[in-house]
Amino acid sequence: MVEKTPLLDFFTYLFLITGIVIVGFPIIYAIMASTLPLEEVSKVPMPAKFGDQFLVNMASAWERGDLGTQLFNSLVMASGIVIGKISVSLLGAFSIVYFDYRFRKIAFVSVFCTLMLPVEVRILPTYEMAANVFGPLQPLWDFLHLDGILSWIAQNEIEVDLNWNLLDSYTGLILPLVASATCTFLFRQFFLTIPEELCEAAKIDGASPMMFFRKVLLPLSKTNIAALVVIEFVYGWNQYLWPLLITTDPKMKTAVIGLQNLIPQADDIPEWNVALAAALIVMLPPILVVLFMQRWFVKGLVDIDK
Amino acid sequence: MIKRSVFQARFLPYFLILPQILITLTFFYWPAFQGLVNSFIRSDAFGGHAKFIWFENFLALFRDPLYLESVFITLVFSLSTAFLAISSGLFLASMANRALRAKAVIRTFLIWPYAVAPAISGILWLFLLHPSFGLVSIFINKWFGANWNPVLNGNDAMVMIILASAWKQISYNFVFFIAGMQAIPKSLIEAAAIDGASPFRRFWKITLPLLSPTLFFLSVMNIIFAFFETFGVIHTVTQGGPGGSTNILVYKVYQDGFVGLDLGSSSAQSVLLMSLIILITVLQFRYVEKKVQYTG
Repeated sequence: MVEKTPLLDFFTYLFLITGIVIVGFPIIYAIMASTLPLEEVSKVPMPAKFGDQFLVNMASAWERGDLGTQLFNSLVMASGIVIGKISVSLLGAFSIVYFDYRFRKIAFVSVFCTLMLPVEVRILPTYEMAANVFGPLQPLWDFLHLDGILSWIAQNEIEVDLNWNLLDSYTGLILPLVASATCTFLFRQFFLTIPEELCEAAKIDGASPMMFFRKVLLPLSKTNIAALVVIEFVYGWNQYLWPLLITTDPKMKTAVIGLQNLIPQADDIPEWNVALAAALIVMLPPILVVLFMQRWFVKGLVDIDK
Repeated sequence: MIKRSVFQARFLPYFLILPQILITLTFFYWPAFQGLVNSFIRSDAFGGHAKFIWFENFLALFRDPLYLESVFITLVFSLSTAFLAISSGLFLASMANRALRAKAVIRTFLIWPYAVAPAISGILWLFLLHPSFGLVSIFINKWFGANWNPVLNGNDAMVMIILASAWKQISYNFVFFIAGMQAIPKSLIEAAAIDGASPFRRFWKITLPLLSPTLFFLSVMNIIFAFFETFGVIHTVTQGGPGGSTNILVYKVYQDGFVGLDLGSSSAQSVLLMSLIILITVLQFRYVEKKVQYTG
């Protein structure tokens, strides 16, 4: 503080506390609702107190929303995206920064161009792609008459139908979201700040490229990786549109999507206590990750979007 | 840019970049290309009889009052959401920046909504603003004598999704503003204080101008957020209704494509959105480059 301003300080803290209460209010109110029995939650206005039905509502939400399955699906999806994204982009950035080859520039630019293109703007064609990943190859296959060649080789009539369906599968939930220029770009920026001497020393000592990657780059990237783990876990867990499109099997739904079935509609019994209990369970994992890894989270957020 | 000392290997670099290139080609370039092709084609809902029709899908969109209304709704929604989220974030950050002792605690209390999915944020606010059970709607009806009903009234529904989207985004803006404020040299603030500038004057004349790159960046990010990532809010809470009053562009692409099965129109809408994103990205990089030259 530069000078003493007791009055202003008072207002500063007053506004801050008000702000925190307003920001936290939707959650506090939801927690209250999730602890009340149905009769109380459907009173107008709902009594502002904590009841004792918390565990009952949780159990009911768990069972009715099939949260066990859905939370597991969300966990698989989020961790798949985290692991996939980070490993793909670490290797990609390593290739772009530490090697000189003919298509290096083209590779970098083609990845970089996708920086801002969210899945939301190309949903239909990406869905078609997921329905059959080999779809675009089929015309090529037919054009080259590979069927005929194969049949000739095998001395048998063979008809190949290229088909790899990702709908209702973990691969489908994860793979299309793994490609992201942001992580590659972040690692590239970071690798460029690593002193040249490290690479030179490693080369003089006779280390292979992969040895250098494992023993030097990976340990140095630890904080960046931690930051990305937080950001990408939240991103993966909270995905909405993509899982909504490609999962039709209730056993493959993710938790955030599944919540919608629990919201009471106009003619239903207004079981908001159960719906909100489920919402609280589903939002908990990413909140815990953000709070416990706060330091890396803040760093990652600010670094990524620079 | 590349390192001065690099490794020599013939196949390794290609092998390392291969996964990224394959996924990018499969899930970015091919779908984007396919979308572009589809936007020039008219086909029936069963995928037969594709006919090349040049820009007719686009022209039809510009003549469609529903589409133009959706553009207008999206603008109102995204600008209000961005304004609300940025101003609240800036206000809280400037307060938190003054509270030296409690900064870490305050940050902990303010950053967690970032982790809440937009869809869940929608559910929380739907409960608060629900016409028959919502606590806030009871107060609105009592104090303003209004007949608040976001389920039936389009404007009320718009207010509800703006609140739900902005609430989630406050933490994001807060984190960036705090980081930006901490990067401002203490000596500048102290010099101004010695010259007799009040805390308010210092905020307007020093902090805010120095935060302008952050402000610009956050405006872009918040508008992109409101354009695309609020799909979950709309889908759980209003489904574009009542009467199409919250049918933002992304939701319309989904509705026309997946529910209405109008492939051509949906693709044309996707292409327009893609062009918009590319335009924003280019503008942003132009601006960032300018800033770098200015300071360097």
